[in-house]
Amino acid sequence: MNINMKNLIKIFVLVIVVSSVVSCQKNSRPNYQFFPNMYEAVPYETYSESDAFANGVAAQLPVDGTIPRGYTPFEIENTPEGFEYAKANLKSPLDSSEIDTPRGKELYDIYCGICHGNKGAGQGNLVKREKILGIPSYADVGRAITEGSTYHTIYYGKNAMGSYANQLNEEERWQVVAYVLKLKADLEK
Amino acid sequence: MLMKKPYQSLEVNPTNNMKQVIRRKLSASILRLSLVFLLTFSITLSAQEGDPAKGKSLFNSNCAACHQLDKKMTGPALRNVMQRLEDSEGLDREWMNAWIRNSAGMVKSGDAYANKIYNEYGGAAMTAFPQLSDQDISDILAYTAEEVQAPAAGAAQVGAAPVAGEGDSVSNKLILGALAVLFGLLAFALMLVNKTLRNFAEAKGVDLSEDKSIPLWKAFVKNQFLVIVTVIIFLLAAAYFAFGYFMQIGVDQGYQPVQPIHFSHKIHAGDNGIDCKYCHSSARVSKTSGIPSLNVCMNCHKSVYEYTGETTAEYSKEFYDGEIQKLYEAAGWSDADQKYTGEAKPVKWIRIHNLPDFAYFNHSQHVTVAGLECQTCHGPVEEMEIMYQHSPLTMGWCVNCHRDTNVKVKDNAYYTKIHEELSKKYGVEELTAAQMGGLECGKCHY
Repeated sequence: MNINMKNLIKIFVLVIVVSSVVSCQKNSRPNYQFFPNMYEAVPYETYSESDAFANGVAAQLPVDGTIPRGYTPFEIENTPEGFEYAKANLKSPLDSSEIDTPRGKELYDIYCGICHGNKGAGQGNLVKREKILGIPSYADVGRAITEGSTYHTIYYGKNAMGSYANQLNEEERWQVVAYVLKLKADLEK
Repeated sequence: MLMKKPYQSLEVNPTNNMKQVIRRKLSASILRLSLVFLLTFSITLSAQEGDPAKGKSLFNSNCAACHQLDKKMTGPALRNVMQRLEDSEGLDREWMNAWIRNSAGMVKSGDAYANKIYNEYGGAAMTAFPQLSDQDISDILAYTAEEVQAPAAGAAQVGAAPVAGEGDSVSNKLILGALAVLFGLLAFALMLVNKTLRNFAEAKGVDLSEDKSIPLWKAFVKNQFLVIVTVIIFLLAAAYFAFGYFMQIGVDQGYQPVQPIHFSHKIHAGDNGIDCKYCHSSARVSKTSGIPSLNVCMNCHKSVYEYTGETTAEYSKEFYDGEIQKLYEAAGWSDADQKYTGEAKPVKWIRIHNLPDFAYFNHSQHVTVAGLECQTCHGPVEEMEIMYQHSPLTMGWCVNCHRDTNVKVKDNAYYTKIHEELSKKYGVEELTAAQMGGLECGKCHY
């Protein structure tokens, strides 16, 4: 009996050791690092916390009134009047040789097609799955979209649609506008 | 001259020709009468014939971008809208038709309620729907006039799923517990058998003394060859495990932290099929793939305020809805008022993929130039309920892929000349990334 008990105790200890070693391997914690200061950088990382600024974030918005290099400010305001103005007056700076339909389609499919559908009829995947409803067709008579109104809407958003100004740059937005108008023309055929 | 252009002159000065005026008034009133007659007729007709089912599909395709039945969105909630307007504002179906077909015109014409609602919603004109027929509008109004449906069916479904899930885990626990009890009993039975056998042996006078032979460990120590072999094996094994341990330091493969807001890539990229680059748009054009800012979330979550997909015991509808509320709180979005409060709080996302600063990596080079799928490095993200690091992100892993992958030269004039020269040099048709210089130290470490 004694030997039996000893063996049992040994097995018990072994189980505890193994289980504690195994349970230390947690995926919710990062691994050990050889030289941590090459992983956790000394300079500010874009999204890191930082005590250099009042709101505690390293990523800051540009100072009011500054314009990034290679960036043209969009003068038309985000108001119903601005929308009407853009609808009537704003024209695409791209001429027919600069319009890159495959690229416009690629960007459209990523950013717009998920709701507006790859044909622009308002039947994107999110609409089919009834997550977001009421997406109009580009051929909608009441809206009668123009290149100016489309650009304004991409830039500022409209109603339930948000702004895509941070996902597409100016040239890309106009490429998408050109592609949207192509879809509209196809739908109206 | 007046007689020549009677109609125009009427417009200028309607009192200078009584006869004409009377005729015009007459015709106008007849027209109006007939219109009223027509409308009352159509209303009485439509009141009976409005088809809620048709109305629902019309509502979903035309109105739902801005309106919901029971929730303020871009426009007001529309449950029983006709009834409510009749009761509180005394507006009739004619007003409704005019409003739907040309709301901007109504506002301009100075209609009191039209202006009130226009100003209440920030001067955003409702889109005109001239294409909707009387019947269409009747259908839509019939749909809005439907009673609130008791969420019995939905609740049953939602309720059933977690119960089933819990049942699974409960039965698993039961089985495991029963097994444990069984094994315990077995061990106990064996001990009892052992004891009884010993008792028998003692009773029969069988000698059970076990300590006559040398103990095993003493025999082992005496055999020097065995000791040396064992030590060598032990050292080799120790070296192997030590090497393995040191090699995985700094490798975070499988790292799966708990994020402050539970974001399911499975639902977004998998079920809904949203392109990776929709949210991680900077992966196309910059070094980092970027953590999407909350306005990207709000592009959809302004409209998607609740989860309606499949649920499990662990991830219930309440859980997901709670996470969407966390998003609203962080973005400073008031769902009740459909407005930003301006009190945003940054979300402290936990970074998973982190290359050390001595290694340069550029997403746009891989995503846009090479045209790689995100899944090549990040694994089946569209199946991950909780995001984890799929690849080791070690140098050996990078180099292996550079050796195997051909450079995509199609439609890329930048590579044409160098590809011609190098493919001649190496005598191959297609160059791998390694042959293009993808193994040079300075390409990534500088």
